[in-house]
Amino acid sequence: MSWYKPSDVGLATREKLADLGYGARLFIRLLASLVSSFRRFGLVRDQIHFLGNYSLAIIAISGLFVGFVFGLQGYYTLLRFGSTEALGQLVTFTLVRELGPVVTALLFAGRAGTSLTAEIGLMKAGEQISVMEMMAVDPVQRILAPRFWAGVITMPLLAAVFSAMGVIGGWVVGVLMIGVDGGAFWSQIQGSVDVWKDVGNGIVKSIVFGFTVTFVALLQGFKAQPTPEGVASATTRTVVVASLAVLGLDFILTALMFTT
Amino acid sequence: MASSLPESLVELCNLTFGYGERVILDDISLSVPRGKVTALMGASGGGKTTVLRLIGGQNRAQSGELLFDGQDVTLMDQQQLYAARRRMGMLFQFGALFADLSVFENVAFPLREHTGLPEALIRDIVLMKLNAVGLRGARDLMPSEVSGGMARRIALARAIALDPELVMYDEPFSGLDPISLGTAARLIRHLNDSMGLTSIFVSHELEQTFAIADHVIILANGKIATEGTPAQVRESADPLVYQYVHALPDGPVQFHYPGPTVEEDFGSALKSASRHAGAAS
Repeated sequence: MSWYKPSDVGLATREKLADLGYGARLFIRLLASLVSSFRRFGLVRDQIHFLGNYSLAIIAISGLFVGFVFGLQGYYTLLRFGSTEALGQLVTFTLVRELGPVVTALLFAGRAGTSLTAEIGLMKAGEQISVMEMMAVDPVQRILAPRFWAGVITMPLLAAVFSAMGVIGGWVVGVLMIGVDGGAFWSQIQGSVDVWKDVGNGIVKSIVFGFTVTFVALLQGFKAQPTPEGVASATTRTVVVASLAVLGLDFILTALMFTT
Repeated sequence: MASSLPESLVELCNLTFGYGERVILDDISLSVPRGKVTALMGASGGGKTTVLRLIGGQNRAQSGELLFDGQDVTLMDQQQLYAARRRMGMLFQFGALFADLSVFENVAFPLREHTGLPEALIRDIVLMKLNAVGLRGARDLMPSEVSGGMARRIALARAIALDPELVMYDEPFSGLDPISLGTAARLIRHLNDSMGLTSIFVSHELEQTFAIADHVIILANGKIATEGTPAQVRESADPLVYQYVHALPDGPVQFHYPGPTVEEDFGSALKSASRHAGAAS
């Protein structure tokens, strides 16, 4: 093991900075594509259909099971304090504020994000990106932008499905199976969950995650080496980078939104 | 521009291009005559495809001029480049069809992106272009359902959808069976003459290339080894061109990759045996 030369550090730093600059420029180009993307909404709509369909089943089933677990765990924890009627409140707060947006984003990264990365990477490997450039069509506008906005739109919708399924799961276990009072379950939710503070902030979170995960997936696909190995490692990086980014951002967002 | 000869559509003047330290094209100058079929030949890795990518502005030369119809491609901004590219068609080596679109939609793609033509007219143009490559009947197939030769012909129909002035073919013959190869070669010639195009194609295949090309350029080691009509190239005295045109295994381009000598690797005792092996290969 030899010592690093100063030039190695300099080179590595420059490469990291260049990567960062490339990503930032792509992000700005995607944001700037808002108007042109929505002028050709057909392309965005197709992608929403595609991404939503892709993830809907896994999101709904995961939401249901997370709800089951919360119903069970929440009941036995609350039992110690003698306040099992607050089960609905506990389940809903956890889902709407945290788990809905976060778990949806993680699942979306694994399901739809990887498929976006692989799709773009394979288009690059098959010279479909080059051929488009040679046809004087900007691939960022034509390929990336519709997928980007579709991801941003799809994420909060999927998170809503996840949270709704989770509440139903909690109700199934808590009310139907364990026997918590159904009226208390729902009225506690009604009384304590605030539309703006809780549901609204949860939606804002999942929109932020929509930007994050979709952008990471598209960036990784677009800068992948156009080889089978390159596409494979780009797909892996999508999951790793998107998951870490979501968890990190979630902490920051929670700190901004829910502290007093 | 005064420097551009009226009879050449594309002109490279003292162009140098390389990746990092590695020089691919070393100060080369060549011209592509208007209305003719030009073949670009040379050993693998000799920069043939790079020339096409430079003409299309996908790579930028380090120095020199590259004129497309009198305008320097190396100095264009994105908008000018896109305007120039609309006058070019490029056929990639494996066609590069959009995998999620049908054959019809692939050919319609440039029309939909660049023109506001009504659907009925787009249909007619697409079917005419597909007819020109003999695949009007294949309009409803998906790219996964067509053979390699067909994929290239579909990509060709797509490349000429906007009636370009210049069509570039990147190795249109590689991996084709003799029938498809003959079809592809005749198609390049036929389209060039009937549509008034200028064509430039990269090829390794000698017989068909010499049969259809008006002008042949052979690149070697980043330089132009020879250029001229097929007959002139065939007669060339240059040892490298001779080796290439006659498909000889050894010559200026050596059969053995540079390395230690046979004696160093095997010792003098094996010298005669290795000479045998060398002769056999």
